[in-house]
Amino acid sequence: MTQDLIDPTIFEELQEAMGPEFATELLDTFLNDAANMFASLEQAALAQDADGYRRAAHSIKSNAQTFGATALADQARTIELAGTINTAAIEPLRAMFEETATALKGLIDE
Amino acid sequence: MNDIQGNLLIADDNKVNRLLMSRSVELLGHKASVAENGKIALEMLAQEPFDALLLDIEMPEMDGFQVLEAIKTDPALRDLPVIVTSSVEGLDNIVRCIELGAEDYIPKPVNKVLLKARLNSSLEKKRLHDEQKRLLNRFATEEVADDLQKSGFAIGGRRVHATILFCDIRDFTALSENMAPEAIIELLNTFYTLMFEAVSSHGGIVSLMVGDGLMAIFGAPQPIKSPEQSAVEAAKEMLEMVAVLNEERAAEGEPKLRLGFGIATGEVVAGYAGTDARATYTCIGKTVNRAARLEAHTKTSDCRILFDTETHDELIERDGVHRIADAQLKGFSNSISVFAIK
Repeated sequence: MTQDLIDPTIFEELQEAMGPEFATELLDTFLNDAANMFASLEQAALAQDADGYRRAAHSIKSNAQTFGATALADQARTIELAGTINTAAIEPLRAMFEETATALKGLIDE
Repeated sequence: MNDIQGNLLIADDNKVNRLLMSRSVELLGHKASVAENGKIALEMLAQEPFDALLLDIEMPEMDGFQVLEAIKTDPALRDLPVIVTSSVEGLDNIVRCIELGAEDYIPKPVNKVLLKARLNSSLEKKRLHDEQKRLLNRFATEEVADDLQKSGFAIGGRRVHATILFCDIRDFTALSENMAPEAIIELLNTFYTLMFEAVSSHGGIVSLMVGDGLMAIFGAPQPIKSPEQSAVEAAKEMLEMVAVLNEERAAEGEPKLRLGFGIATGEVVAGYAGTDARATYTCIGKTVNRAARLEAHTKTSDCRILFDTETHDELIERDGVHRIADAQLKGFSNSISVFAIK
């Protein structure tokens, strides 16, 4: 299944509604805060804390949706709804995040 | 429609969401404060009055469901509109929010137009609610206001034991003939202010205001310790207050106000009567008629405060209480014993 990495219209709408400067600032916040969210996800997986694991995935999904990062949102959502901790799912999610981050930065530079 | 400015609290554990929500509501002209989890949100709600809460569900420490539960059981926060903003999965979770008392649910990412509409509607509802509460508190004691809020103005009745007090200004029509309309209304407002104070400070509620008179209920909807004594004390206090007012009036060459009180005790049917749009807490029954007739009877007796045997027998304080001649009251087949004070 191939899927678009980003739905650019969502980010455009965000820029339009909130102002381009704020949208950039918000994206920076997401890209910086992502490290914390991934750390929470890993820690929760290590501690077998299913609730924390789900919540961290939920947070990543929620922010991905804000920026129109459709593929990342879907992947995080799958983890959120899995019901069990799957440590193996973390690395692919991180890879998806890196790819998404590059694409989102590209939207600002345009 | 004028947009109302609100003081909003945003509870969200996610940094990006907090920034985005704050900015969104500030762009709509509202003031925003943020809390990082449910626990902090509740602490902030206890310290500062907010007009609405924008609440995320997935939060560490204390999640949105727990916050909703805490708000629902706190009388001070019960009326706070809560709009749940979440990307929580599953319809059952959304249903749960609404069941727990959330005003509305907006899925994330939050649509700005939807947010604006929901916020305005919530703030308007809050404003109306606050206004209604203020009005209620003007016309009823806190107990009745609470009762009304809880029952949601259910129209209905029940039989209760209560003491009914009628009061009016003697010869007010003649008295007011030479007065300017503004002065008449001002005098009535003074009278009502004093009377409301006397009634509510003794645990009663004013049920009716008619021209220059009023009817008060003691012992319903909330039972009080001694409705009989409370009603008599309220009448006595009222006479004392009017005596002070009369001194002022005499100094200005104005005629004195003379009041009559009729008090009766017994079973009444009490409830909120009227329509959904306009209802009042009132009582009907023989006891009410007896109080009204006793009040009318003050015209032909020298006493200002008259009451029936049922009230007399339950009085704790009987200083100055005496029995006067039995009276044949209009609408009653037998003559009844009448008591007066002072």
